[in-house]
Amino acid sequence: MKLGANLIIGGALFLLAIVVGILAPWIAHTDPVMDANLMFAEEPPGREFWFGTDAQGRDIYSRVVHGARISLTVGVFAQLINTIIGTALGLSAGYWGGWWDDFVTGLTNLLLAIPSLIFALAIMAILGPGLTSLLIALGLTNWSFTCRLARASALSLKSQSYVQASKVLGYSHFRIMLTQLLPNMLGPLIVIGTLGMGGTILAEAALSFLGLGIRPPYPSWGSMLSEARDQITTAPWLSVFPGMAIFLTVLGLNLLGDGLRDILDPQSRSRRL
Amino acid sequence: MTLLAVENLRIDLASGDKRHVAVDEVSFEIARGETFGLVGESGCGKSITALAIMGLLQRPLMIGGGAIRLDGRAIQDLDQDELQRLRGKRLAMIFQEPMTALNPLLPVGRQIAEMFILHEGASWREAERRAIEVLARVRVPAPELRARDFPHQLSGGMRQRVMIAIALACSPDLLIADEPTTALDVTVQSEIIDLMRELCAANGTAILMISHDLGLVASMCRAVGVMYAGRLVEVRSSADVFKAPAHPYTRGLVASLPRLGSRAAVGQRRLQEISGVVPSIAGFPPGCRFNPRCERATDVCRTDEPAITSLAGGGFVRCHHHG
Amino acid sequence: MLAFAFRRTLQSFPTVAAVALVVFVLFSVIPGSIATSMNDDGRGAMDAEVVERMRKELGLDDPVHVRFTKYVTKLAVLDLGTSFRTREPVSQLLAKRLWPTLQLTLAAMAFAIGIGVPLGFVAAMRPGGVIDAVSMVTAVSGLSIPKFWFGLLLMYLFALKLGWFPTFGYGGWWYLILPAVTLGVSPLALLARTTRAAVLEVINADFVRTARSKGMSETRVVRWHVLRNVAVIVLTTLGLQFGSLMGQAVVVEKLFSWPGIGSLLVDSVFQRDIPAVQGCILLIVLFFLIVNTLVDIACAAIDPRIKYT
Repeated sequence: MKLGANLIIGGALFLLAIVVGILAPWIAHTDPVMDANLMFAEEPPGREFWFGTDAQGRDIYSRVVHGARISLTVGVFAQLINTIIGTALGLSAGYWGGWWDDFVTGLTNLLLAIPSLIFALAIMAILGPGLTSLLIALGLTNWSFTCRLARASALSLKSQSYVQASKVLGYSHFRIMLTQLLPNMLGPLIVIGTLGMGGTILAEAALSFLGLGIRPPYPSWGSMLSEARDQITTAPWLSVFPGMAIFLTVLGLNLLGDGLRDILDPQSRSRRL
Repeated sequence: MTLLAVENLRIDLASGDKRHVAVDEVSFEIARGETFGLVGESGCGKSITALAIMGLLQRPLMIGGGAIRLDGRAIQDLDQDELQRLRGKRLAMIFQEPMTALNPLLPVGRQIAEMFILHEGASWREAERRAIEVLARVRVPAPELRARDFPHQLSGGMRQRVMIAIALACSPDLLIADEPTTALDVTVQSEIIDLMRELCAANGTAILMISHDLGLVASMCRAVGVMYAGRLVEVRSSADVFKAPAHPYTRGLVASLPRLGSRAAVGQRRLQEISGVVPSIAGFPPGCRFNPRCERATDVCRTDEPAITSLAGGGFVRCHHHG
Repeated sequence: MLAFAFRRTLQSFPTVAAVALVVFVLFSVIPGSIATSMNDDGRGAMDAEVVERMRKELGLDDPVHVRFTKYVTKLAVLDLGTSFRTREPVSQLLAKRLWPTLQLTLAAMAFAIGIGVPLGFVAAMRPGGVIDAVSMVTAVSGLSIPKFWFGLLLMYLFALKLGWFPTFGYGGWWYLILPAVTLGVSPLALLARTTRAAVLEVINADFVRTARSKGMSETRVVRWHVLRNVAVIVLTTLGLQFGSLMGQAVVVEKLFSWPGIGSLLVDSVFQRDIPAVQGCILLIVLFFLIVNTLVDIACAAIDPRIKYT
């Protein structure tokens, strides 16, 4: 793909999702939870209900639009948590070395051995459903790549002369990590963060689909698809729109991440992805 | 007897929809069994000239004009099938970095044996046996053991010997050596050079030696071509090129060589350098390409490209103010 | 070689132990939360009696070290406890479900490799060409598409509309196709990308140039030099993908009502069948570790540089 095409298309898609999410209350036609009119149950897409209605008579379009809010919020915040944890652990591990590094590496390997969806599932099982548990589950299970990256960057950066110079000048460790090391690994971190966000959104959708994430009647794209499955013979249109929304959003993030990688991190050409 | 004749070779570099000329009007000849050296700084085009002779140029580089003749036959326009028949059998090449030039996953014996499978129809067993013989000829100790080693298990000098073994396995007519010793320790360099010289002399193989080291090339080759910014600026016998370099650039190169005993001879002096930087392909200056760095540059140098001037005693030079 | 294999296998034991510990901590130590927080479905608080029974069964009243010892000793004899729901040993439950999941993951992987690797290869042979662009767009899409949505679409199109395949359930080959394709889409996409990158990297490598300079035809170059080196790079990704496939199968199994470990896990979570949940997770992780170890050994067999590090 030509340089820049990724960025533009990806950025546009992602931006679209965010805008829709932010403007949801204003561009939706109805309240996604309360406005359920059984009279209009299972209407195919038409002039009044752009995306049709579901078994409870709720407008799919409004639910998809509000779903953007929910799914994106979870995705963004969960990824933020992931990034913070991963960066903090990896950066400190690479910088300090010693037993702390061993510990963090062991922890990362452990995390990598448990598929993230399963781990998130397990945590949701323990904590019970709800937004906070979802954020915890997703935030605690996806930081391994970020951690590896931060650690590798810290290891290679810490031997640079300007870091040595800062030490001689008496900078505290914390200050060195924050002001010398972190800014120089921002590029790859942003790339992984963007791509990771796509993953968290997919994970949330999967958990909600299974019934363990955002539960009905709240309109998460994932849970909407779970309802759609039950109605697939009678109302096939239910399956189209929420899934399309997830697909386009994640596609946007993936393209954006690829495009950013070409600019910010040209050395790590896609081998690890 | 001329083995290889390069006539007015031009190599283009395609960049986007623009075409730059990377190498221009390069002409030289190598006789059978002769050693010829091509000298110049990094980026002057000597390596890609070598690749062009082998037919190994890849996009975005391509031959843009001129001819390359092997025993009189033009080979610059041959298709890949025909070029394959020549490579390994009549033309061979060794590269600068032996570590990356060998496949890390295959034992070196096997990589040598491939030559016999390709060109002499040998069976694998036969080929492996002959590979061990060749390893012995390049003076690798315990060749039957080394043949089973992988490249990363060998030292740099050993690997280069393996490369030489591969290149000379089928007794080619011409060996092109692109900076074969640059990546090696100094102590190993002379061993490798001696090895090359000896084996090629025994086989009657001509050598095209490419290097940035004028001293090395002059000691090994009968004739030397000096390249600058994609052009041959001087071609002389090695003796003459040191005694009386004609082109200011060559003079600069010769003068910049640190020499043992020079302090005793001429007193303490700073190392000589040629000021300035080699121009990039997209930014060749008008006129003589060396003019921004030349102490003898005059107006004509800045406007007109110098033509070839034949020199008494053989060779030629491209300069308005040579001699 | 054997020594390396042995060593490498041994290296995975600590990870297995660590995972077992984590599972223990998650499910057995966090008390009460399980036994009492089961009333969120609006079904009303669980019967006090039932809660009491569960506490006894889980041994929640014993001190931690006793519980841990019991846990470890039982694990050692592969006793994973008894399912709350069906009252049968968890190991038996898992054994029944293992083969369907293996079938699914193997089929999905075969699909992914069979199409993904050649696709990546062809894309790399003509970089910037039409096939390259199309396959890379497909790959990105494959990575972005939610499996359960893709599965739904396939189900609708091929099962309901065209009637070629059954919609849900488990049976012969016919039932396997749609779930396998659904599960295989993202490994396919990843393999296509990885293969393409690997081929591009190898085909421009110095040793390939050397091979050409020997007078080798391009086909021979690919057969003798490119394939092997690409395989080493792709194998690692392949292994990682395969290992995590059992975990990713959870959603696909639920969607297609496929009677495997994944759907067992989800059902058990909903029914608060803790031993079954633990067992499933341990099995999935074990599978991942086994696959990874095997892949590492395979890589070492091909790449001579590995053994010596």
